[in-house]
Formats: sequence, C-alpha cells, structure tokens
Amino acid sequence: MEIELTDSIEVSQTYSKSFLLGLYERMVTCRQFEDRVKLLFLEGTMPGTIHQSQGQEASAVGVCAALNQDDFITSTHRPHAHAIAKGLTTEEMMLELFGKSAGCSKGKGGSMHIGDMSKGMVPAIAIVGGGMPLAAGMALSFKLRQRSQVVACFFGEGATNEGAFHEAVNLAAIWSLPVIFVCENNLYGASTAYSKTTRVPRLSQRAEAYGIRGETVDGNNVVKVYEATRQAAEECRRGEGPVLLELLTYRRVGHSRRDPAHYQDKDEQAFWFGRDPIDLLANGLVSSGDVSEAELRDIDARVAQTIEDAVTVAREAPLPTEADLTTDVFAMELNR
Amino acid sequence: MKHQSIVEALREGIAEEMERDPDVFCIGEDIGVPGGFGGAFTVTLDLEKRFPDRILDTPISELGFIGAAVGAAMMGMRPIADVQYSDFLFLAMDQIANNAAKLRYMSGGTIKVPLVLRAPVGATGRGSQHAQNMERFFIGVPGLKIVAPSNAYDAKGLLKAAVRDDDPVLIFEHKLLYGSKGARAESGTTNASSDVPDEDYVVPLGTASVRREGSDVTVLAWLLMLHESLAAASLVEPGISAEVIDVRSLAPFDWQTIGASIEKTGRVIIVEEGPKTGGVGAELAAGIMERFPDKLIAPVTRVASADIPVPFSPVLENLYRPDRQRIAAAIRDITS
Ligand SMILES: Cc1ncc(C[n+]2csc(CCOP(=O)(O)OP(=O)(O)O)c2C)c(N)n1
Ligand SMILES: [Mg+2]
Repeated sequence: MEIELTDSIEVSQTYSKSFLLGLYERMVTCRQFEDRVKLLFLEGTMPGTIHQSQGQEASAVGVCAALNQDDFITSTHRPHAHAIAKGLTTEEMMLELFGKSAGCSKGKGGSMHIGDMSKGMVPAIAIVGGGMPLAAGMALSFKLRQRSQVVACFFGEGATNEGAFHEAVNLAAIWSLPVIFVCENNLYGASTAYSKTTRVPRLSQRAEAYGIRGETVDGNNVVKVYEATRQAAEECRRGEGPVLLELLTYRRVGHSRRDPAHYQDKDEQAFWFGRDPIDLLANGLVSSGDVSEAELRDIDARVAQTIEDAVTVAREAPLPTEADLTTDVFAMELNR
Repeated sequence: MKHQSIVEALREGIAEEMERDPDVFCIGEDIGVPGGFGGAFTVTLDLEKRFPDRILDTPISELGFIGAAVGAAMMGMRPIADVQYSDFLFLAMDQIANNAAKLRYMSGGTIKVPLVLRAPVGATGRGSQHAQNMERFFIGVPGLKIVAPSNAYDAKGLLKAAVRDDDPVLIFEHKLLYGSKGARAESGTTNASSDVPDEDYVVPLGTASVRREGSDVTVLAWLLMLHESLAAASLVEPGISAEVIDVRSLAPFDWQTIGASIEKTGRVIIVEEGPKTGGVGAELAAGIMERFPDKLIAPVTRVASADIPVPFSPVLENLYRPDRQRIAAAIRDITS
C-alpha cells in the first residue's frame, strides 16, 4: 500500500480562500502555541512535563475542520494541537498550563488533561489507549439517543498495541458506532520506532481484522486529512461507522520535555522536516496565486499577538487556593 | 565504597545480577533504545550495550509484557519488568493480581514466580494520571512481596534480594528520589544518594530500618515521606525526641522493629503520600492496634493526603502531599 507523500499541496478551487486561510491560521496557532510553551517550559515557568505536537498540526486541524461544533474529540498526552483545532482558546489553555484557577480545568488537569466539554473536547487521557473505550461509549450514547453526532478519537500509533485499542475498535465495529479512530502515526512511540513494535506496514490494515473500513492518508497534507475525515464522518452519521484513519506524520520535537530525540533517524528527519505541514499549505496557497506572502505574514503576526496576550493573562491570573483542593470530587476524608 | 544516587545504584545492581545469572533479563517500554532514555528515569541507560539480548524493549502493552514476564518467570527465568509510571500498573492488574500472585498457591506449590516489577510513584507536577502512590492497591493482594527503598544502598540491596527471591516482588521507587540526570532530571528532588559498597550484598526483604532514634514518638514512613519525616523530627527538636522508622517493606511489615519502637515511645504517627482512606497507613494502624494495644499511650495518628485525585497545579499538589510542617504539627499534637 504505497501512500503518496508529496512535497507540495495542490490547492484546488473546491475550497474558498477563507476556508483555506482558516486552516492555515489554526495550524499556525498550534505551532506558535507550542513554540511559546516550549520557551516558557525551558525558562522554568511551567511545572511537570509537556508533550508537544510541532509537525503534527495538519492532522489535528484537518480532522477537526471536518467535524461539527457538537461533535466530540478524545485526545492523548499530546493534546495541545487537538485542543486548538477543536476550538479551545489559547488563553484558557495557557491558564491551565500555568496551573491557574481560570484554566479550562481550573488548574486541576494540566497539560496532559487539557479539554473543554463545552467545545466538544473530553479532558485528554494521558494513559496511552485510555481514551479509546471512552470514545466508543460516547458514540454508543449518540446511537442510543439517535443523535447524529460523531466522535473523533485521536491516538498515536504506539497506542494500537494496547488491549484498549482492540477492545474499543471491536466494540465500535459490532455496534456500527459513529467513531472515527484517528491514528496519528508519527513513527515513534516515545523513543521506540514503529517498525520495532508492529509487523503490519500500514496500521489501516488492521481495520480489516475488525470488519471496518481503514485508510492511510498523508497526515501532513491538511486538505487530504480534511477530506478523509469528512468522508469518514459522513459514513459514521449514516450508521456505517466506525472508520480507522491512519495519518502519516512526524514529530519535529522530542517526545517530552528536553528530549533531544537522538533515536530519530537523520535521513528520516530530513525527509519529514522538508515536508512541514504548515509550509506545504502556505506554498500551495501562494503558488495558487490567490494568497500573498504578506497575507500569511499578517496572520502569523496576529496569532503571535493573541498568544502573547494569553501568556500575559495567564502569568497574572490568580492561583487556586486551599478551598479548591477538595471541590469537584466525591471524597470521604477531606481532613488530611 | 562509592557514593551513588538511586538510579546509579539500581543500574549497577541490575547489571550485576544480569552478569551473575543468565536467567535475569529486563523487559519494558523504552528501556534500551539507542539514543533513548534508558526507561522513563534512566535506570537501565546503556545496559543494552552490555546485554544486547537481555534488555527487551516492548510495544506499549503493559498487560502483554508484564503477563509475558510472569510466564517467563514460571519457566524459571528471573525477569525485571519496568513500568514507566506506576499508574500504568492498573493496565496489568489482572496479570499481577490474578496470575503472578496466585499461581504458586493455585498450583499447590509447584510453580514459582520469581518476577521483579519496578514502578515509580509520586506526585511531580504531571497531573492525576502520572502521580499516584500505588502501594495501597497491592498490599492487600496475598502472594506479593512489596518493598519501597528510600536511599541508594537499600535500592540496590533490595533489588538484589528481589531478583533472588522465588516470589513476585514489587519495588516501588520514588521519582523525586532517583537522582536522574540530563533530559530525564526532575525538579524539586530530594537527595537520596548514599554510600554503596563495592562488594555484593543484599538488604533482606521484610525488614524495616530505624533511621533516627528517639523516645517520645515513633514516626513510620517510606520513600519521600521518610525524608520529610526526618526533617520534621529535626524541626521539633529539642523539645520532642522522635524516632523515625523507614518501613521499607510494605508486604510483609516488619512488626518486630516497629513493635520494639512502640514499646519505647507508646505513640505512633504514620505518614503516607496518597489518600488517607484505604491507604497503607490504615493497615499499619490496624496491625499496630491488634499487636501492641497495651503499649500505646495515645491513639495512632495518620498524616496523609486528602481523598482526592492528585491535582496538577503546583500549589494544589503541595497542599495535597504531606510535608515536614504537617508532620511536625502532628508530632507536636500527639506529644502535647
Ligand atoms: C498505558 C501507558 N503506558 C505508557 C505510557 C508512557 N507514554 C506516554 S506517551 C508514550 C508514547 C506514546 O506513543 P504514541 O501512542 O505513538 O503517541 P505519540 O507520543 O507518538 O503521540 C508512552 C510510552 C503512558 N502514558 N500510558
Ligand atoms: Mg507515535
């Protein structure tokens, strides 16, 4: 199954300029957010750890662009791009990363559990594979209540070796549930290469074992991702789900924190770094003649300002207090 | 004699056991990838160079590889399995609690399961799913031995004892005590390094250790809380003389050492990182009251976390986790 990984995107007349610029802006927002967070993290402002998604913007943005507002996503330990793509504001996210009480989860969740149910994003599940059965259950509720919503369930290729993957996909399959299982195959699970953990060359091949449709797509081509997801969502809404989408992509940064990613192959890096998802779209837009470089730079600058404002708000916002410690949970013993 | 951190002592202990016995092997995620991490906290760093066939990197499949370790152990091998964060033990709970712990008994004593399972615990700014103190979930499983070293000497000696033992042994290690370096270094760590002899030694399973002698009150703690308890004992000087015991073995408890101390002091405080309800402290307290009712001159006291998930925001996390001030307050309370 050869997948064509082109080094340019043909931008067709099918899509309006504003739609395509919207995709561009969201991808740039993901990239700039992550780059800014990385700096904040390195300067010691942010606690814990972070898993970043530079290089994987097209999968997040392409998938979510094909969903409706009332559709849901589930996410992983690497959730920032998914969140931005589903409509969380960089401010509510930055507040959460700073552990502030105005964050999207009141500072209780943090980077690995970013989410906002009002925007259709379940708090990210940081246990690899842990979000997949949830997605099946959410879709089951849509089916039982005869709603037309779908769930897009994000996970990495590494997660497909957990039992949760098998059990969730199989359940969704036997009940024809409206789940798009979105596998972002960035070729590594932490430091471990895909080829060391999996014998099938394409993860979409696994779909056949569950009797569902699977498809592998160039995950750095945001338009292709959008089209594949839209088709999958239509199938799901018609009761022909679930669908397994494998999006081929690459992480431009370490797995977490200060990981220098020395385990990534140099030639492989060169190949993928030359296919940056944002550059691919930007070049396609400019060469189509409809969009000027200057327009793109304006967007970049606007996004940078929004993120800087979010950082300022997040730095200055109040921290949670002791009273917040024991709210939002049933607990037997509160006096420690 | 050399001075080592816990990671260094564990790494050396593992290497020495692998050298000594060809049946010893390591199995886990990202433990031996060239250019990688050597496990989440560098314990097995570079060991793949010395033992290319016995450091097995696995897919992300805790149920699978821990179950496989149990199977290999049944056949007489001595696997050292590793989860990156102890929270992931839940995924392998079936293999640990239903198989590893029970096979010796169910087979009428014909099967041995000489498995070692290493698992890092502790809240470190990573949010609710990478933070739990999992000791509580295992002390009630008959068939398992459990240790929790608080310094490098013990870490190496207990590891060696665990490898040589014929029953499954869980080793809980604390992220803030490892002394990991480089990209995997933690912030806010406590120094747990110690002198480690050059010659072979073991620390017997099932033993506690008096870390500081005193006469007014016995403080029982392990892992990070042991260090906080020692600091608290200094804070209440000179007015109060606190004896601090490193419980170190959570299954079985060393009632002899604990009892001898209570005989002297008549007062007990149990300090635990993790929710109070259903914790290890509950079992210790009940055991003390059953065994030494006449020696107690005050009710047993617990210092633990509230019954809540571990919060992300550092301010909340610090309120969640007991610290030296709270322990000192409890010491003053019980002796007043
Ligand atoms: C059950 C479980 N095991 C291990 C981990 C540690 N861990 C976090 S991310 C990760 C790699 C995940 O790889 P993949 O699913 O491909 O996602 P990616 O990081 O590439 O986005 C691992 C091993 C975890 N969080 N949960
Ligand atoms: Mg991956």
